Amino acid sequence: MNYINRHCRIRNKTIESGGKIVYEKKGGSLDEFLDSAFASLSIGYPKFYKMDRLSKLGFLATEVLLKDIRLLDKYKAESVSIVTSNANASLDTDLKYFESTKTIASPALFVYTLSNIVAGEICIRQGIKGENAFFVLPGFDSTRLFEYTEIVMASGKTDACIAGWVDVLGEQHDVFLYLLEKLNSGGLEHSAKQLQKLYQENYGPVDGGS
Amino acid sequence: MDQLMADLKRQIIEALNLKHLKPEDIGDEQPLFVEGLGLDSIDALELIVLLQQQYNIKMANPQDGPQIFRSVKTIADYIRTNKTA
Repeated sequence: MNYINRHCRIRNKTIESGGKIVYEKKGGSLDEFLDSAFASLSIGYPKFYKMDRLSKLGFLATEVLLKDIRLLDKYKAESVSIVTSNANASLDTDLKYFESTKTIASPALFVYTLSNIVAGEICIRQGIKGENAFFVLPGFDSTRLFEYTEIVMASGKTDACIAGWVDVLGEQHDVFLYLLEKLNSGGLEHSAKQLQKLYQENYGPVDGGS
Repeated sequence: MDQLMADLKRQIIEALNLKHLKPEDIGDEQPLFVEGLGLDSIDALELIVLLQQQYNIKMANPQDGPQIFRSVKTIADYIRTNKTA
């Protein structure tokens, strides 16, 4: 049995940790929300400002998810994995990059035209070196996420896994990340049903659509 | 302050998303890479784009990059030498 020891959601310009709102900024653009949320964390990590929106969302969610815990004090860097998924891959940045090619293509945008770059940014920040996978799916799929992460955890190479959903297109954004561990730290039993519940619970409609 | 260098500092901050910096935080001769502002190889490419977009200068030899992009002052010197009227 594996356990969901922490979970975090970002939706409607609101960040929740363990079901409690830890930051919100209504009004303004998604970019303003992301930068102000980052500023509220008081982290000295200037590279954040260079990231695309997908990476910023994953970065912020992971910072909140791992607040006050140091995963690498408990686990080897190689035994922490990342399994993420979304519906729009890197389309949000792909469109910006395509626009830039009409004049001079932007190298800084180009490097974010892959969806799994978000996992790379999280790995660099957290020092994680384990397996990672990114699935592009029609929508949040708790069954697939549960089944794949269970395989990863059973591989004998992973003791903890950051998993979930990180999606953005324009102003529309939706993030659900959780920390999966073999050890129970007051968490919830890992199951597709539990993931679906945590993802959906008390969610209103997504705003900010184009 | 030299107007060209002042413009460059503002343009570098905008082009490289250095939102944590203000133009006055960047010294004229402060190294831009590694021990200075900590810029990386992608930033170097963006600086080449900046020269092309803002000053219509195409670098003839990219291998000259480390010398040209050493500091704001060296970039300004390069622009003054290569900018067509």
